[in-house]
Amino acid sequence: MIAIKDQRSKMDWIMEFLTFIVFAGMTLTGAVFMVTLHNLVRSVLAMILAFVGVAGLYLVLEAEFLAAIQVLVYVGAVAVLVLFAIMLTQRVSDPNKPTNNAQAWLAFTVSVAMFGILSWVYAPIKWPALPALPTVNNEPVGSVVNLGQQLLGAYAVPFEVASVVLLVALLGAIILARE
Amino acid sequence: MVPLAGYLFVSAALFCIGLYGALARRNAVAVLMGIELMLNASVVNLLAFWRYLNPNVSLSGPAFAVFVITLAAAEVAVGLALIIAVYRNRDTVVVDDVDLMKG
Repeated sequence: MIAIKDQRSKMDWIMEFLTFIVFAGMTLTGAVFMVTLHNLVRSVLAMILAFVGVAGLYLVLEAEFLAAIQVLVYVGAVAVLVLFAIMLTQRVSDPNKPTNNAQAWLAFTVSVAMFGILSWVYAPIKWPALPALPTVNNEPVGSVVNLGQQLLGAYAVPFEVASVVLLVALLGAIILARE
Repeated sequence: MVPLAGYLFVSAALFCIGLYGALARRNAVAVLMGIELMLNASVVNLLAFWRYLNPNVSLSGPAFAVFVITLAAAEVAVGLALIIAVYRNRDTVVVDDVDLMKG
């Protein structure tokens, strides 16, 4: 009995690890193509790949609701909005114009240095292993019910401020984009 | 089991790729996309730290991830409206050419 349980959990570990590798690879591939592709419409398609990969990472982290939100907001809304902006502002990019500005090599150096600093900070720390997720009312703690209760309970003030920010952003976008 | 460091390195790489995109691209829309990537990396970090270090009932990680996603959506709406307004006035979306306030 115990042996079977162990075997199953080992299988689960391998599956979790493989899922993580697949989604992490998807995210980073999409991100690299996003910043390197010349054609902006293709760049947005690569961005969608990266966002879907991030949603998969949220799933592996047992935040299912946020994965759904990620797909709805980023893939559904932000990507379409960015596509609209590209189509409104330019002809699909002229291959003779450079993609990057004059400081691109400096930006590359800064990014690599940033990654080096972050790795240098992260690498020596001994992180704790994955703890079990607690449950509330027989549901995992990250359930939609609990998240809704927390957002309207402990986080009520930030929640209301976020709604005001959304309203102001909506009005601002309309006023700015109007002729 | 994936170690926490796996998520941290993926999010660090995502952040740095977004940083490169935001700093190096000429098109303002591409700069905005790079910023979105950096915000996504920060949300991955929030959720990973919540799940591994403090998976509490008060959901500090997911709740703040919701707020970050909300602000990112608001930011992209206002940012794209600004880009469209600039395009109308100056007929360009290249950030190098919008140098009216350069001394």
